[in-house]
Amino acid sequence: MRIPCPYCGPRGNDEFIYLGDATVRRPDPQALGASDAFYEYVYLRDNPSGLHQELWYHGGGCRSWLVVTRNTRTHEISDVTFAAGGKL
Amino acid sequence: MNAPHRLAQGGLIDRARPLSFVFDGQAYAGCAGDTLASALMANGVKLVGRSFKYHRPRGILTAGSDEPNALVELRTGPRREPNTRVTTVELYDGLVAASQNRWPSLAFDIGAVNDWLSRFLVAGFYYKTFMCPAKFWEMLYEPLIRRAAGLGRAAGAGDPDHYEKAFAHCDVLVIGGGPAGLMAALAAGRAGARVILADEDFRLGGRLLAERYEIDGKPGTEWVAEIEAELASLPDVRIMPRTTVTSVFDHGQYGAVERVNDHLPVPPEHEPRQRGWKIVAKRAVLAAGALERSIAFGNNDRPGVMLAGAVRAYANRYAAAPGRRVAVFTNNDDGWRTAADAHAAGIEVAAVIDSRAEPPAQFAALGIEVLTGAQVSHVHGGQGVRGIDVVDARGRLTKIDCDVLAVSGGWNPAVHLTCHLGGKPVWSDNLAAFTPGATPPGMHVAGAANGALTLAECLHAGVAAGAMAAVECGFPIASFMMPSAEDEASGVTALWHVEESRAKAFVDFQNDVTVEDIALANREGFSSVEHLKRYTTLGMATDQGKAANVTGLAILADVSGRAIAEVGTTTYRPPYVPVSFGAMTGHHRSRDFRPVRLAPSHQWAEEQGAVFVEAGAWLRAQYYPRDGEKDWLETVNREVTATRASVGVCDVSTLGKIEIEGADAAIFLDRVYTNTFSSLPVGKSRYGLMLREDGFVMDDGTTSRLAPERFVMTTTTAQAGRVMQHLEFCHQVLWPELDVQMVSVSEQWAQFSIAGPRSRAVLRKLVDERYDLSDKAFPHLAAKEVAVGSVTARLFRLSFSGEMAYELAVPARYGDAAIRAIMAAGEEFSMIPYGTEALGTMRIEKGHVAGNEINGQLTARDLGLGRMMSSRKDYVGRVMAQRPALLEPDRPVLVGFRPADRKARLRAGAHFIPLGATVTAANDEGHMTSVAFSPMLGHWIGLGVLKRGPQRIGERVRAYDPVRNGDVEVEICSPVFFDPEGARLYG
Ligand SMILES: [Zn+2]
Repeated sequence: MRIPCPYCGPRGNDEFIYLGDATVRRPDPQALGASDAFYEYVYLRDNPSGLHQELWYHGGGCRSWLVVTRNTRTHEISDVTFAAGGKL
Repeated sequence: MNAPHRLAQGGLIDRARPLSFVFDGQAYAGCAGDTLASALMANGVKLVGRSFKYHRPRGILTAGSDEPNALVELRTGPRREPNTRVTTVELYDGLVAASQNRWPSLAFDIGAVNDWLSRFLVAGFYYKTFMCPAKFWEMLYEPLIRRAAGLGRAAGAGDPDHYEKAFAHCDVLVIGGGPAGLMAALAAGRAGARVILADEDFRLGGRLLAERYEIDGKPGTEWVAEIEAELASLPDVRIMPRTTVTSVFDHGQYGAVERVNDHLPVPPEHEPRQRGWKIVAKRAVLAAGALERSIAFGNNDRPGVMLAGAVRAYANRYAAAPGRRVAVFTNNDDGWRTAADAHAAGIEVAAVIDSRAEPPAQFAALGIEVLTGAQVSHVHGGQGVRGIDVVDARGRLTKIDCDVLAVSGGWNPAVHLTCHLGGKPVWSDNLAAFTPGATPPGMHVAGAANGALTLAECLHAGVAAGAMAAVECGFPIASFMMPSAEDEASGVTALWHVEESRAKAFVDFQNDVTVEDIALANREGFSSVEHLKRYTTLGMATDQGKAANVTGLAILADVSGRAIAEVGTTTYRPPYVPVSFGAMTGHHRSRDFRPVRLAPSHQWAEEQGAVFVEAGAWLRAQYYPRDGEKDWLETVNREVTATRASVGVCDVSTLGKIEIEGADAAIFLDRVYTNTFSSLPVGKSRYGLMLREDGFVMDDGTTSRLAPERFVMTTTTAQAGRVMQHLEFCHQVLWPELDVQMVSVSEQWAQFSIAGPRSRAVLRKLVDERYDLSDKAFPHLAAKEVAVGSVTARLFRLSFSGEMAYELAVPARYGDAAIRAIMAAGEEFSMIPYGTEALGTMRIEKGHVAGNEINGQLTARDLGLGRMMSSRKDYVGRVMAQRPALLEPDRPVLVGFRPADRKARLRAGAHFIPLGATVTAANDEGHMTSVAFSPMLGHWIGLGVLKRGPQRIGERVRAYDPVRNGDVEVEICSPVFFDPEGARLYG
């Protein structure tokens, strides 16, 4: 695969490290039921067929964490943004 | 030496450059421009190999990379390469090849008895016969089968040549240099696109080299030379001959193998034998052509039975006559070309057998005997064709004498690369072949690969695809004069196998799969193509069934009463041709498997005779042996004793170092460490513990505050990259609102630990005198910038050894100078360098945890570091670390161990079993994580995790280590073995 990094341009996937689902959010540790929420956050993931937003780390490039929208059936990448938000 | 089957004239060989070669010990002559196949053919060598299962005699079937039969061992000694297709080996002077899978000789092969036993060796034979018991398979059956049914022998020695990996980028990658590919490259190149044209042959032209076609009224080869010259003149066109595009990957990435020097006996100095390419292309034009297929009839595998197009290639391109008297068996017009070309080359044509009722009119003038509506049912001759039986429409049998039978069953477009990303080919009744279905994004298919089987169609399709690809890359359409060429469609009426065959009719030549095997598989219920493939091994040989698959599934369709489209195909997977491991690994072998990182003092340590150890990618000095020391332990004991008695130095540059800056840097550290850093004063260091979000310990290290908004963190050597990634994650993904920046400076600083009671005295000589190093001014855990000569350095008072100790960091380029200066300053104190072993011994003596303990499975509490988990703030891993199972009082916790018999040796990895209990997993109470011989105590000591360890100090357990026959009674003790009060830290 090649991932179009918004900072570096399209690069081979060997420059990136995969993490997984980009839609999970770290729960509020102070909230009631935080331990259940954290259990879900740490361990439970969907395995969608089709569009998937996922985190990739450009460790061999600009060190940006990216949110890559990838079709898990075709590997087509339709969108890439900085996880931290913002644009170049 | 003269080659008896060399035609007197013609061909693209250089008769002025004779080459000699050896096959099976016999010397022969060939010419430059020959392949090993054409040279063998010119010498009348028909028997080239023995088949895989039945050891049947086999000759050359094709003239390309689809060859299933003629596999040899090429070269000798460590360069021996098994299973090499003679059809793709470019002849060179001194070439040596040997046939394989025969004993004692090719002509007399004992294994051929398998052919007589063949009714026991049908499809599924292995599954049926060698059923059980499982042990027999391993001990008896498998070695037996491997000896009887084999391919070539591997060299059995390291490959002396080297290989490269290379990368290229282009707008348009053209795969195949035949008429369509040449036109595509030219159309894209003229438009201004960056073009790579890759062709697996050593000469561009594809089928034009093998045929007597004319383009624009010129011989095809002349036309090719003109196009090639223009392509070469275009600045952004790169022609890559001897390069097979083997694979398609996502997003326009293509794998290719360039046989850079396979056409030479030995690659020139500093040049690789092969190059594995990864080519990134915006667009690709697949112009890989088509592969001719055979027809299944009795003994259709005899040497001398060849594909009709291959016969033309040998006659026209190589001026090599496959035989003296050729018969042609065809179901399409194309086969007739073979008769015409053979006739033109002066080879006698015995007959054309056309399975169709109506032969094409344009060949009538040749005056050749023609049998229409007829089929070849049998081939006579053992090690070479002697004649054929022909059955006509009315069932009459005619015997025809010939020594070559050219067979054309039609052409299969080379759709392989269109399927690598999951595309399925589509059956065309009109062409009686599969054509590309959905192609990979960015790929156009042109010419015969797309089912366009006339020359004019190929040329036009090439222009269209090349121009389209260039336009899609943003280039204009270039003007183009379309070349004129023959446009006679080749009618074909499918014929897959001949019903009247008496002898074995082969479908997959390399894996010895016959029509009967397919019928049997279907009768036994293996009627899906995927089952058929695995049951019969159809298409599973090194040629991946290029010549066999379509015929095989057409026969399956026939015997199972289905349409071919309904039966479908198996999956075409990369690579298109076999790829050597060398081309895939490039230089990444043995020592160069991955880059080696060297510490700044490496050269100095080498001069001292240090023994090095791999630590991740690093090579670190393990210990520094001296003359007269009998083993590593004696050396390490000396290093520990000398350091604790006076002073020692150790390169700790391999630790990860990360600078963290910003208004929120302290808040950030509070969130990633379990303990608090916002309270750390400027000029001080603090030990920190980091968890993963699942609550387990990820890493530890010290972080120092250099300025209110500036910190430098150290990580363990092993986790440096992982921690950097984690910190970036925490910042960018979890808390992007924090004002903090970080950068790895691991490579920028050389860092030395100077430890021992005289460490301050050594530093006093190095650090500029205006810096007060007294215990009061620079106490334990102080961290400051200092000057060492003209260099700005960082000095930390940190101790891993339990001694008064400092870490001195200088810019990495001064690392070598620094170690020499430190050693010079320490000379009067008998300073010694120590390696990772002494470092480890001293940290175990002090009960400090390291990588053996921080193994990803232990919590802070397990490590006895629960007190470092702040309860006043949130941090990564806090919530999950409170899970009930991680708070179980029974969880193994870190303690120390010493052998009850002080002379006994301890082993890391030993498991703790209560005294008197049986050795079972249920009685396992934990394990030993680290051990060392303590020279200070004079016996072995260990750290380990044990159920309720801290409550059991003074008890004894067994340290059981069945792997190394270890069974030692050990005493549970505090993990701090040496200087438990910590008095030595303060000098
Ligand atoms: Zn980037």
